[in-house]
Amino acid sequence: MAAAVLLLLLLTAAGPGPGQADAGRERRGALREELLLSPLPTGDVAATFQFRTRWDADLQRGAVSHYRLFPKALGRLVAALGVRELHLALTQGFWRTRYWGQPPLQAPAGAELWVWFQPTVTDVDKAWKELSNILSGIFCASLNFIDSTNTVIPTASFKPLGLANGTDHHLLRYAVLPREVVCTENLTPWKKLLPCGSKAGLAVLLKAERLFHSSYHSQAVHIRPICRDASCLAMSWELRQTLTVVFDFFSSGQGKKDWSLFKMFSRTLTDTCPLASQSKVYVDISPKNKEKELLEVSPPPTSVHEAIVQGDRRTYAVYDLLSPSLFNTSRSLNVQLKWKRPQDSSEMPIPTLHAQRYVGGYGLQTGEICTLIYNTHPYRAFPVILLETVPWYLRLYVHTLTIITKGKENKPSYIHYQPAQDRSRPHLLEMLIQLPANSVTKITIQFERALLKWTEYPPDPNHGFYVGSSVLSALVPSVTAMKDMDVEQSPLFTSLFPSSDGSSYFVRLYTEPLLVNLPTPDFSMPYNVICLTCTVVAVCYGSFYNLLTRTFHVEEPSRGGLAKRLANVIRKFRGVPPL
Amino acid sequence: MHPELPVGAHLVPAAPRPGAPHVPVRERHGLHHGGRGLRPGGAGAGAGPGLRGAQEESGLVRGTNVFGVLRAPRAASTEALLLLVPCSEGSKNNQAVGLLLALAGYCRGQVYWAKDLIFLVTEHDLLGTQAWLEAYHDVNLTDIQSGGIPGRAGAIQAALALELSSDVVTSVDVAVEGLNGQLPNLDLLNLFHSFCLKSGLLCTFQGKLPPPEGPSGPAYAQSLRTLGLMVLGQAGGGPGGAHGLFLRFRIEALTLRGINSFRQHKFDLGVLGRTLEGMFRKLNNLLERLHQSYFLYLLPSLSRFVSIGSYVPSLALLLLVLALRALDLWMRLSRGEEGEGETPPGEARGSLLWLVPPILVSWGAGTALYLLPVRGQAVATQHFPVGEAEAVVLALIGIYVAGMALPHSTHRALSGGGQRGWMSLKLVALLALALLLSCLALLNFSLGFLLGATLVPPAAAVRPGGNRLPLAVLLVLTTPGLSLFLAVLLERELLEAPAGLGEAWQRFLGALGQGLLQEHLHGAHLSPLLCLGAYPCWLLLWNVLFWK
Repeated sequence: MAAAVLLLLLLTAAGPGPGQADAGRERRGALREELLLSPLPTGDVAATFQFRTRWDADLQRGAVSHYRLFPKALGRLVAALGVRELHLALTQGFWRTRYWGQPPLQAPAGAELWVWFQPTVTDVDKAWKELSNILSGIFCASLNFIDSTNTVIPTASFKPLGLANGTDHHLLRYAVLPREVVCTENLTPWKKLLPCGSKAGLAVLLKAERLFHSSYHSQAVHIRPICRDASCLAMSWELRQTLTVVFDFFSSGQGKKDWSLFKMFSRTLTDTCPLASQSKVYVDISPKNKEKELLEVSPPPTSVHEAIVQGDRRTYAVYDLLSPSLFNTSRSLNVQLKWKRPQDSSEMPIPTLHAQRYVGGYGLQTGEICTLIYNTHPYRAFPVILLETVPWYLRLYVHTLTIITKGKENKPSYIHYQPAQDRSRPHLLEMLIQLPANSVTKITIQFERALLKWTEYPPDPNHGFYVGSSVLSALVPSVTAMKDMDVEQSPLFTSLFPSSDGSSYFVRLYTEPLLVNLPTPDFSMPYNVICLTCTVVAVCYGSFYNLLTRTFHVEEPSRGGLAKRLANVIRKFRGVPPL
Repeated sequence: MHPELPVGAHLVPAAPRPGAPHVPVRERHGLHHGGRGLRPGGAGAGAGPGLRGAQEESGLVRGTNVFGVLRAPRAASTEALLLLVPCSEGSKNNQAVGLLLALAGYCRGQVYWAKDLIFLVTEHDLLGTQAWLEAYHDVNLTDIQSGGIPGRAGAIQAALALELSSDVVTSVDVAVEGLNGQLPNLDLLNLFHSFCLKSGLLCTFQGKLPPPEGPSGPAYAQSLRTLGLMVLGQAGGGPGGAHGLFLRFRIEALTLRGINSFRQHKFDLGVLGRTLEGMFRKLNNLLERLHQSYFLYLLPSLSRFVSIGSYVPSLALLLLVLALRALDLWMRLSRGEEGEGETPPGEARGSLLWLVPPILVSWGAGTALYLLPVRGQAVATQHFPVGEAEAVVLALIGIYVAGMALPHSTHRALSGGGQRGWMSLKLVALLALALLLSCLALLNFSLGFLLGATLVPPAAAVRPGGNRLPLAVLLVLTTPGLSLFLAVLLERELLEAPAGLGEAWQRFLGALGQGLLQEHLHGAHLSPLLCLGAYPCWLLLWNVLFWK
């Protein structure tokens, strides 16, 4: 009887199931994919892929069981751990802002993970630990090495990029692993998250062999909640998978800089992903110095898109893979770009904000971390937030912090400093610094190199220890006024960071990671032999000494056993001497 | 397997190609050393012949260093390797610049770089190198002022300096001694040596060919000469080439000098270029800094080395002499104390007070020797008809010799402490000398050994009374100043270019000037060590000899 009731209960509980599935079918999901090809001022070519999966469902509330476009692994992770926003970037190489200009998406060398949790999460640290371990499994990266020694809670640098009610920064965790090496094993799981895999659409081009034959490789995953429509009454989830590669054609193309899709990826585009609602290739053909165009693209683009990106007016040739006319003439699309005349690289545009970071000093006792921040804007000053995370084994001397601009001391208007704790917490330094127009700001802070315990050294201690990139976040004033665009319609590469108003644009910049040598004991064989010999001698001497100095005497075997012991206990209680 | 470098490419300087990410950047440095060093020369009175270099380098020198960084793909600019071509006036090192550009052009097309490559051409030889290094590490060690560096490439792991005297190279000489006797890791030298063997390049060390194979008399003599030259070079403490300045910053470095000694067998620069490229590839593959091999060694030839374990006992035995002597004196002194009743009451225990004046005077003389010649340079040139460089050297010699007259003047003022007095003074001298030498044994073995070998015998033997003449001769012969002169003679002898007394005197004067200059330009320790360490110790011994 009881079993029947239970069965009935189960049935009624399962009853709404099909109804929910119906609702799920109603829920719209959309995939937009896009490839941006932009020639860089140095002659290299940057290719930025973006795949945006949007899902009009609330992952947090209600059990979502039917996943269609959105990858289930990530969806369940977000639901289970109460993640509000997740940003993971795996990068091999360093984006040289000074010479390549602002990238559409910046990332530090190595692995970067920052996550906003829901306010409902009670133990954020536990969720963070669990999350990094799961992500480590999903992406085959060493994210499991994220622990309290490299996690910080920034107060100002990282704001939620999606919908957020509050910005209580205790729900934020940020960590960088500068030593992480990114390779195919990280790319394959990333590709598997795509609805079409790498079988169709733009993802066909993602051939690991070519992607890692480049100057820079960065892949990222961004998950955030966004508004479902303009009225913003309901919430949707967005998953952006981005991948940026910089190809150097000088070394492979015998000094020629003409390129094509085939040359870059050794593949061409043949069809679209049937699940994609939009699939476009943008080629940056902006003329420089208002001259006649230097570039020639073939085949002729479907349309031309003009936009203001990062303060610059840019022109893009657009190939819409969904438009039937594109594949009519030829079976495959191989975008080619030719330079009409040799480009003179004498005047390279210098980005408004760029930075340089290095270790000053010599010797193994002290040192100095120097950061140079350049503002090349001719007449506008702007503030920048600097986030510096330094491992505990570099002991920062905060009283030596100096910020000098144009020979004068520059007082930061906001400082948040959290000192390190040995073996448990890194230094966190966040500052808001005003950068005057056309200036160089030099920030220096001295440190002392700690002597580690001998078990704390890595297997290659003489390689040095990494200090992660520092992060610069700024609203850079734009030279050209920007007009508000509809986020849903504009190309993906313009819409990750929210733009506040038309007069400035958001830039996040990462500086170089640093390699610092710590005082290292000699781990060589003689040293080991000495240590071992000392140990052996100590042990032998100890036992021999013990043997030689101990006196032996015969002990009377105790008789009676248990009964006697019991009797003794009783006698002890009685206060009588034992037997 | 190393792809061939285009032969003759050195004649065509690689034009900066558009799109090449190596960034030609310029950096300026100005050198001021007016404050305490050698003043900018006014009216040019003739300098001593040995000091011509010093004369040219004094005053305000401006220069521009040019460097380019070849960024390694998919690396975050945390590590770098460096190729340096120091240039001075004239077209002395032009071939090396050509080779550097050709090498840079070749390396640009390769994909295997994991560390950034820095190609650096410095002006004014060592001055420019010092200025660049200080600017790169953002420190100011000397009076050199350098402009900022617009691009960096992380921690430099290793560096090679290249000097070519002509475009025909018959052999390559390698220099290892750095500033203050520092040496690069032996692995770097071995790397170069193995590449030389591989490419059939004839390489020499200290200008000496490798000794003939097998144990034989001539082979041993050759090795001994090479070893002697290395010991003398290391003891001198000057940078043996532009690489010598890198060692302070923990950058392992070597100087390669292409030499045309008009032999039959010649190499074109392609062979040298391939060797360099091969070395950079090997260094590029290193995961850690060079640390496995020896940092302290002596080389009788390129293929053999004397490890620290073998040579340190020699100096240790010398130090043992001092220690035993000191112990002996200590025993005798304390035995005297035990039998105090027998000693005359005039010699009280407070006799240690007698030691203070000679010690003070000795170190005072050392300080004067260190400070006065450079400080009083302006005064000397105003009042005497000498050039400023000459004034410094003459003042140096003057003060040095005047210091030897001190014992007579001090003793006239003091009544001697008798037997106990000189014994205590000698004890102090022995201890000070032992301390100095044991420190030097760790820092610069060659210098410590040379000073030990000269100073220990007289220190052990010296005593007042009796026939003083042989001891006085021995002491004068082993005074650090005269040792320097003898070292100059010995070096010429080992180089198989013996110098006459006149030439040796000129070279000696030059060496004195260079020693002072190197202290002010690069922070070499030799002159303060001799002035404030060895000379006062020797003066104490001199005092003991003339104790009344």
